[in-house]
Amino acid sequence: MAKIQIKNIRKEFGDFVAVKESSFTIEDGEFFMLLGPSGCGKTTTLRMIAGLELPTSGQIMLDGEDIAQLPPSQRDIAFVFQMFALYPHMNVRKNISYPLISQGMPRAQVKAKVAEVANILGIEDILNRPVGGLSGGDRQRVALGRAIVRDPKAFMMDEPLGALDAEFREHMAEELRALHDRMGATTVYVTHDQLEAMQMGDKIVVMNNAVVEQFGTPQEIYDTPATMFVADFIGSPSMNFLPFAGNVAPGATSVQLQDFQATIPEQRVGSDGSMIFGVRPENIALSDSSSYRAKVLATEYLGTTQVITLDSPNGELKARISSAQPVKTGEQVGLDFKSETVTLFDKDTGTALRSVLNEGVLAHG
Amino acid sequence: MAEVILDGISKAFGKTQAVENISMVIPDGAFVVMLGPTGAGKTTTLRLVSGLEKLDAGRVLIDGRDVSQETPAQRDIAMVFQQYSLYPHLSVRDNLAFPLRSPILKTPEAEIAQKVQKIAEVLQIPHKLDNKATELSGGEMQRVSIGRALVRDPAIYLMDEPLSSLDAKLRADLRIELKRIQSELGSTLLYVTHDQVEAMTMATHVGVLQDGKLVQYGTPREIYENPNSVYVASRLGLPRINVLPSDLFGGHHKGPQIGLRPEHIMEGDGAEARVIRAEHLGDQTRLHLDLSGHSVITLAADGRSYEPNSTIKVTPREALYFDAGGTRVI
Repeated sequence: MAKIQIKNIRKEFGDFVAVKESSFTIEDGEFFMLLGPSGCGKTTTLRMIAGLELPTSGQIMLDGEDIAQLPPSQRDIAFVFQMFALYPHMNVRKNISYPLISQGMPRAQVKAKVAEVANILGIEDILNRPVGGLSGGDRQRVALGRAIVRDPKAFMMDEPLGALDAEFREHMAEELRALHDRMGATTVYVTHDQLEAMQMGDKIVVMNNAVVEQFGTPQEIYDTPATMFVADFIGSPSMNFLPFAGNVAPGATSVQLQDFQATIPEQRVGSDGSMIFGVRPENIALSDSSSYRAKVLATEYLGTTQVITLDSPNGELKARISSAQPVKTGEQVGLDFKSETVTLFDKDTGTALRSVLNEGVLAHG
Repeated sequence: MAEVILDGISKAFGKTQAVENISMVIPDGAFVVMLGPTGAGKTTTLRLVSGLEKLDAGRVLIDGRDVSQETPAQRDIAMVFQQYSLYPHLSVRDNLAFPLRSPILKTPEAEIAQKVQKIAEVLQIPHKLDNKATELSGGEMQRVSIGRALVRDPAIYLMDEPLSSLDAKLRADLRIELKRIQSELGSTLLYVTHDQVEAMTMATHVGVLQDGKLVQYGTPREIYENPNSVYVASRLGLPRINVLPSDLFGGHHKGPQIGLRPEHIMEGDGAEARVIRAEHLGDQTRLHLDLSGHSVITLAADGRSYEPNSTIKVTPREALYFDAGGTRVI
């Protein structure tokens, strides 16, 4: 099993920089997510760890050894692709045993190993079937089996669930995570789906435009985003951004939103000029007594909760509240912000201003 | 706009019964969403209403008129498909005007100009009217293709997963927009999707389809709170409803199966469950539990931490009961 340290890794394709100096650490046994929109560099990063691309500069340490310039075959890493490629003319057993036989492992040992893997994946009863007639889920399990059977130090997965439909994807995501919990193997997983990343990951790296925007646990990234990009990319609906201008001194515990004085976590740094007041939809409550008034533009019923779109003095925003609370389109309501959850951003740079809330998290990444 | 009635409609393709004896009333001004997984018969139902498929049995009534034998053009309907198909060589304005220039409608040019302008404003694309269709982003193109349907003012709009090819953010925006446009114009709309969020947020009525049959028809709230089978209960709600043997909880129960939405599992006393994993999704924490060998998903209390393999006690609240075949027991 493996600890992987990425140190100042960079990748250029001609004039195009796919990944700019990026650093993060994947601890032994972690389920680690590389998250970002298309073109952000997440797949290139994964391919560099696997050895399918060589970095232009920087180091990749696998258990303390720099493997950045080694070919994939010397890295002891297994790769699971989005489109699971199986040998169509072989049955399930042969597909899974192939990597071992090609390594020259004795027959008896191969047999035992395949039986063990089939047991882990719950596919013992289909071992002698041809892969042609298998369901999507079983094909995925066989592809995983072929990766697991080698006992690699780490698994690389590039959107392995991307091609599946929503209901089945949810099921496979749970199965993959449960498999990881049983085996404890370090896994690096690329996705553009923020919910998948939050659900499955122990840690997440959020990438955008070839740089790492933030690195931390799902909870840290959700509660204390380092940049406006992260705040917007994670969460559905995403964080509300209320623009305002003013002066915030170190130690400040409130800001002025038009005529309304909004309480905020105690600020560690000051800022002057255009800023953003960031608050998540579930941290906005309706309150008759609040003087911050907004008009209800739309309501969306979601079962237990509803999402309300509001026209506020600082622009449009969304609140998530209980469905039990009656709300009508067109009515005026007062809003309460859960002050201890608010993050302020510098509008020009898009970075979070340090406060009591986020200083612990932002200090290390 | 008009009331539309499906009266016992059926359609088979060879041996496959795609739609079986569906009857429903789509009230004037309603936003009806047909929800179901792939193969449930949603799209076939829509195509039967539009006239793109011929009925095996039953009738379709639009505004009291039996249109079953009419062609799609005669039925006074407008369709929007999943894949926007605009005329690439025409401007946005001409794309929107195209349906009005059809020889059947013979709309005067002055009226066309006025209608196109109004729809462009509703869709918030008036500044793009003179752009070529190919110069638009994906979301704008889909808005134009919805606009091309809206410009016509037909008896009913038929939409087949119009948002599913768009990315998540845009889909969320257009959901609200479509709902707003529909209620502003007072349009009657029949909309097909497999996305439960679209069904819950936009519909005035949801029809749940299973194997070609309409198994429940009501408001989103009725379907969510009062489903008549395990199948219907599983269609709405994220995470999905937990369906378990009732005797796991001891005591007396109305049926052999108990359906518990994640928010209806209370922590405190009751049956012992082992914590498998807590998933922090930001706005909620999902708790994966093992309850006597059954996996259960519930929502964790705010701000509490749960160690894997620790034990908690859970008890049901507002449970739904089902018989062995999955039918609701009241």
